[in-house]
Amino acid sequence: MQSLTNVQQLVKGVQKGDKLSIARTISIIENNRPEAQKIISLLYPKTGKAHILGVTGPPGAGKSTLIEKLVKELRNRGKTVGVVAVDPTSPFSGGAFLGDRVRMQDLSLDPGVYIRSMATRNHPGGLARATKDAARILDASGKDVVVVETVGAGQSEVDVVKVAHTILVVLAPGLGDDIQAIKAGQMEIGDIFVVNKADRENANKAMSDIEAMLEMATEKKDWRPLVVKTSALTGEGIAELLERIEEHRKYLKTGMTDERKKEHIENELVEALTQKIMESVMNELRQKKEWSKLTQKILSREIDPYSAADKVIAKQLKTAKKH
Amino acid sequence: MSKKKERKIRVVIAKPGLDSHDRGAKVVARALRDAGMEVIYTGLRQTPEQIVETALQEDVDVIGLSILSGAHTTLFPRIVELLKKKGLNDVLVFAGGIIPQEDIPALKKIGIKEVFGPGTTTSTLVKFVTKNAPKRK
Repeated sequence: MQSLTNVQQLVKGVQKGDKLSIARTISIIENNRPEAQKIISLLYPKTGKAHILGVTGPPGAGKSTLIEKLVKELRNRGKTVGVVAVDPTSPFSGGAFLGDRVRMQDLSLDPGVYIRSMATRNHPGGLARATKDAARILDASGKDVVVVETVGAGQSEVDVVKVAHTILVVLAPGLGDDIQAIKAGQMEIGDIFVVNKADRENANKAMSDIEAMLEMATEKKDWRPLVVKTSALTGEGIAELLERIEEHRKYLKTGMTDERKKEHIENELVEALTQKIMESVMNELRQKKEWSKLTQKILSREIDPYSAADKVIAKQLKTAKKH
Repeated sequence: MSKKKERKIRVVIAKPGLDSHDRGAKVVARALRDAGMEVIYTGLRQTPEQIVETALQEDVDVIGLSILSGAHTTLFPRIVELLKKKGLNDVLVFAGGIIPQEDIPALKKIGIKEVFGPGTTTSTLVKFVTKNAPKRK
């Protein structure tokens, strides 16, 4: 275990933007080391300044390539940028092949850019458990913009809404028709829809399918999602996309921002509570060997899983009251 | 319930220099992935600076260098030197590709732990990395 001074050194290093400190700190969080919570509690007051951009969409839509172009444009405008790029962990071997950097090679030596690849470690929802805190660490390191790239997402991997302020859903022509566009999940979370690979055929068809879907919205929202056509290959539309992102950022500043941030925090508190309560209940159960007793009872049909859970919780609350 | 998992070994597989054949690098990356490691692939034509910067930002335990161009005697010492300069002293470095036997002793001397040639089995590699990766906490 790292000593407290070491923790403080790391935290100081992160705030100075030192890349090695940032790298080590993210690893500590990712590996859930004992000092992780201490580090977050020290860095938390320094966060909240960066604009967090979520980039999601199906595999092969061009998310990483688009991010490289976006980051270059942001750098031209004098912004510093952090990127957390998530790829899936194998449910079979536990290993992962993290290939997002391949598309971002031109950024690797820019002192104003930090890129971290992250495996999901089988966390569902399109992000890793540590993604949010990694974004937070980059925020605390003084980055103006933090980009969070999800795994190549299916229709229901929408956890990025719990992390990002502005969400880009990146699509490509030829992936689906207007029926796909009306489906729930991914198609509901975009603040900006990006039809990438505009250099290919049918980009306009994809644009109009999405526009038509947006027109059908019955629920009135203050922000009507935008649709932008880009080609990460030729650079077409990148500057415009950045303008739209800026537009959304300004919109968030005019009041709605609190709503989204409040939602983020409420979600996070619920998750933290769930995790902590689970941990404490499970520790207790394991220590007293009650775990095997309970599972045995369920196995022999003496009790059902729900009633067993009720029993455990009732007992926990009793002991909690005594303390 | 989720068991406490061991720390994952993080590896960067890099292609220094100008050759553009990465089949071997990808086979190695795939084998290490299947052995439960997290493998970051850099892509082709990387400078020593890019490789070391990637290793630093990704906080890796291991670097695998794949090279077929013959430039290893120029590029590898530079990579090792930069690693030291950045404070990445405990990172395990190994290499593979087309590297003449007579060059290997000099490469090992500067800190390349092992050099693998054609015909190496993936299980040899996996064993090597598992055994030699630094035992960090």
